[in-house]
Amino acid sequence: MNKIKQKDDKVQKNIGIIFYKSFKSFCASLPVLIGVVLLLGLFRVNVSAQLISSIFRGDFFRDVLVGSVIGSISAGNPITSYIIGAELLKEGVSLFAVTAFIVAWVTVGIIQFPAEAAILGKQFALKRNLISFILAIFVSLGTVTLLMVAR
Amino acid sequence: MYFLGLVIILYLFLFCLNFKNAYNSLKASGDILVKLIPVLFLVVFLMGLLNYFLKPKAISKYLGKGSGARGWVLSVLAGIFSHGPIYVWYPLLKDLRKQGMRQGLAAVFLYNRAIKIPLLPVMIYYFGIAFTVILLVFTVIASLVEGRIIEMLEG
Repeated sequence: MNKIKQKDDKVQKNIGIIFYKSFKSFCASLPVLIGVVLLLGLFRVNVSAQLISSIFRGDFFRDVLVGSVIGSISAGNPITSYIIGAELLKEGVSLFAVTAFIVAWVTVGIIQFPAEAAILGKQFALKRNLISFILAIFVSLGTVTLLMVAR
Repeated sequence: MYFLGLVIILYLFLFCLNFKNAYNSLKASGDILVKLIPVLFLVVFLMGLLNYFLKPKAISKYLGKGSGARGWVLSVLAGIFSHGPIYVWYPLLKDLRKQGMRQGLAAVFLYNRAIKIPLLPVMIYYFGIAFTVILLVFTVIASLVEGRIIEMLEG
């Protein structure tokens, strides 16, 4: 009975130590995460749908690139990108550009880049974001082309 | 720490330039942080669980070199079902990578976070079901392409 109790105590102590270590490991990343949240607050207050909409000019190739760029530097709830995307469509921006915008919004993170580089490594963060930026354009082209063919 | 310091200096500068704007931005950041707290607890809890139940050998088997198709599938699914903003998952991924997770799979996980199941009805509402389904398929394919490219660049 004593041996079982000792084993239980040891297991509890191990779980406690492991969770404490996990908490400590997470806390090491907190300063950079708080920095990202502060930047997101600035973005939320200063970047409006109208501002984003004004950047598109009706040139197909430019708008797709612009869509990917604007999506890359934007951040926040993806629902916001859907709402802005729908408004852009109403104003005549092509679905290719809007798709690149909503894909880049969630896959590329310029605002989160400092946190990603600090925690996961600068090389990894650079490669991942650059490839995601390029892929946003290809995903947009593929999705909308297939949609047009399917219709 | 330097990054946070720079952001704080930026806010101090903005407070001098436009107090109302800076105050509203700080308030918006506070709102974001408050909503983040439950997700942060979830991530720390998951980190603890993973560290307790999964030993480096298991992580290496399922997510390390030689994990094969299983690793890719797990990363795709984990990315799709993960919750909250992308940056809260960085510490967990860092821990997993320390224990043998491949870089490419970390990239696949992060890319598939673009697929948010609770938000699919909203996307369908604005863009239609055909668009949504096709985009989801291309997103998964793109994530695997990205993972592969990152592994090739890693050497």
